[in-house]
Amino acid sequence: MKKMIQHGLAIVDSPYDEDGKKRSLVSKLLLGLTPSQYLLQAFRNPLNWILAAVFAVGIPILIGRFFFGLAWATSGSNDYPWGLFLGFGLFAMVPLSSSGFQLGTACEIFGRHDLEPIERLALLNGLLGYFFAVIYLLADLGQPWRLPYPMVVSFGPAAVLFLVAWHVATYLSVQVAEVSSAFFEWIGFPAGKRAIRRITLGLTVSGIILSTLHQGALGALFTYAPGKVHPLWYSSSFQWLHFFVSSLPGGLCMVITVSTIAAKTMGWRGDTRFHEKLDKVTVSLAKGACMGIATYITIKLIAIAHDNKWAYLDSGWGQWFMFEIIVGFMLPLTLMTYGVHTRKMAIVRMGAFMTVFGVVLNRVNTAMITFNWKLPHREIPPWREVVISLTIFATYIVVYRFILYRLPILFKWRLQEQEETVPEAVPVPAPGRREASSVPVASYSSMTKLD
Amino acid sequence: MKRRNFLKACLIGGTTIALGKTNKGWASGSFEGYPEAMGVLVDTTRCIGCRSCEAACNKEQKLPEPDTSFDDPSVFEHDRRPTAKAYTVVNRYQKEQPSGPVYRKVQCNHCNEPACLTSCFVNAYTKTKEGAVIYNSKVCVGCRNCMIACPFNAPGYDYDSATNPIVKKCILCYDTRLKYGKPPACVEICPQEALTFGHRADLIKLAHERIRATPDRYVDHVYGEKEVGGTSWLYLAPVGFDKLGFDTTLSNDPIISNVKDFLGMVPMVLSIWPALFSGIHLLCKNQEHDGHGHDTDSNQEDTKP
Ligand code: SF4
Ligand code: SF4
Repeated sequence: MKKMIQHGLAIVDSPYDEDGKKRSLVSKLLLGLTPSQYLLQAFRNPLNWILAAVFAVGIPILIGRFFFGLAWATSGSNDYPWGLFLGFGLFAMVPLSSSGFQLGTACEIFGRHDLEPIERLALLNGLLGYFFAVIYLLADLGQPWRLPYPMVVSFGPAAVLFLVAWHVATYLSVQVAEVSSAFFEWIGFPAGKRAIRRITLGLTVSGIILSTLHQGALGALFTYAPGKVHPLWYSSSFQWLHFFVSSLPGGLCMVITVSTIAAKTMGWRGDTRFHEKLDKVTVSLAKGACMGIATYITIKLIAIAHDNKWAYLDSGWGQWFMFEIIVGFMLPLTLMTYGVHTRKMAIVRMGAFMTVFGVVLNRVNTAMITFNWKLPHREIPPWREVVISLTIFATYIVVYRFILYRLPILFKWRLQEQEETVPEAVPVPAPGRREASSVPVASYSSMTKLD
Repeated sequence: MKRRNFLKACLIGGTTIALGKTNKGWASGSFEGYPEAMGVLVDTTRCIGCRSCEAACNKEQKLPEPDTSFDDPSVFEHDRRPTAKAYTVVNRYQKEQPSGPVYRKVQCNHCNEPACLTSCFVNAYTKTKEGAVIYNSKVCVGCRNCMIACPFNAPGYDYDSATNPIVKKCILCYDTRLKYGKPPACVEICPQEALTFGHRADLIKLAHERIRATPDRYVDHVYGEKEVGGTSWLYLAPVGFDKLGFDTTLSNDPIISNVKDFLGMVPMVLSIWPALFSGIHLLCKNQEHDGHGHDTDSNQEDTKP
């Protein structure tokens, strides 16, 4: 892609091409390339080859799981009913996706407009994380086609999972709405965008509520198994707080991680605003994450003191626990604080990667590794389970990249400048499939001061 | 921010509160166990490990052939747990003791306030008035949360089935016997009368009576009388229960009481958050009008003409 831009390719960042003509949907989908150019750049990218290899092995196995059952694909253990799909896919993806509601809150509620260059990335990160957590869940459920049952067929409202199901479902739709404004810009449907703009505050507030509740609820799920989760990872009064609070730095650091990767591997896609403001925004996010981590470490220690669990620290489990806390939380806290003060971005980013690792490790520890700590054997996920998990994760990467390449997430969709060049009176039909809802240009100016 | 938007935010908040209230209303109905509940008393001092109960269960519940026959003693080498193919198993403990080994029959204990029931998000479980905890496989989604929750690791999952995997566990022969007042198959077949079927309340009296009559024979505890809120299956043992693979760390509170902290918090969040954050939003907005530059460049649609 970089090479092609050097050779004078214009990046798609407005409804019009270089000659001022409207771009068709196909041209937008192909990033303004001809089909052969598009294929060429796809073939040149080594990541695509790796992904292709993963899919070649993974997709048949994923399909096999639905034909031969869970016992064929996973450890299918009665003692460890939740394996990698949930332990990693659901429990780790969800906290890393708390970014959407946090930046939504910061920008829309607290008025931190300086964070806006990253807001859409955070929203998208949230949406995709949740979406793929649900995909992992579908792979894990014994009868995935019954997933809507808790909504329509039979209710178990005293169950925490019932809350999780409802909240994740509602929150997914909230996030779809939030991200859709970028999609409406891209597809050229300003009316839709305006509609979303009007309900943004409502969406954001419901996002905060739903996130608090289901991030916490994922933790509360383990309060059903008081003796099974190792006491160092368990606290009947604070479990939901531990999960909720650690999801905050988890989500922020995930955005730092993704934005770093995006800036490195698809620099052409970000506009100057994104690249110029990225360091500043990263510092703000890191500061927030540091607050979160500090709080998390504190309440974790309070929980240990509250139930007087110090003795457990002096055991193999205790060392593993210390490893998680130190490498996953304390060290990144130190690194990020230092990095923020000295403006050493590499160190800040390093800290953010480690936090992401720490949060994932914490969830995997709670759901799988320390689960049933009293039983003599530990469950090692069989290879098919690992391959399926990888395949779903690879799909996540592909979808993530597909959207970042196209929708105005890392760059602004240039409407304004173009408008000035288009004569006022000429009605501009909405392109592509939205032909019917043609909107006169004048409406853009009436959209000002919406909020 | 326009007043309309604020009202809308409040409205959304209000609806969610209403939803939360109903949630709470359902959740708070805690289940105490039925007074007429039946149960089984297992006297481990009488059990000889013949595994006839396993065989009877297999036949009654039409379970698949076991891998080894029911009189193969090699199964005692490892601890087993109930699975989807065997709702009950007998394990051997205290193998090296001079007093001889102790056998323990394991199955679903039919809790008074079952963790499986309260954790299931489609309400697949029912505690019947006869005391059995039964299960509706028609609605099960297969999340296996009940297996996570069960403190006795009783439910097994049909991992082998691709099209209709379901949770399987002892149902106290509810469909075929209990409903008609008959004892479960395992109780009926036991040659040693190690298993006694009756009203749970009577069985507790009987158990304490046995302990009182022959205190040398038993430790002074009836397992299941109080554990996790009480279970329909009760156990007597000659040695400490921890030596027989029982979890003696369980509290007397039902499992759901661990979760109540969180469930109680839900309506709080639902009612406080909307007002709190809408309020903060208003505060922040006013500030901006006082001159703290709203980054006009940051959102093209906010740009003033
Ligand atoms: S023993 Fe387990 S499966 Fe049986 S009723 Fe109690 S919680 Fe449910
Ligand atoms: S039939 Fe009775 S004696 Fe034999 S193993 Fe079962 S409970 Fe024990």
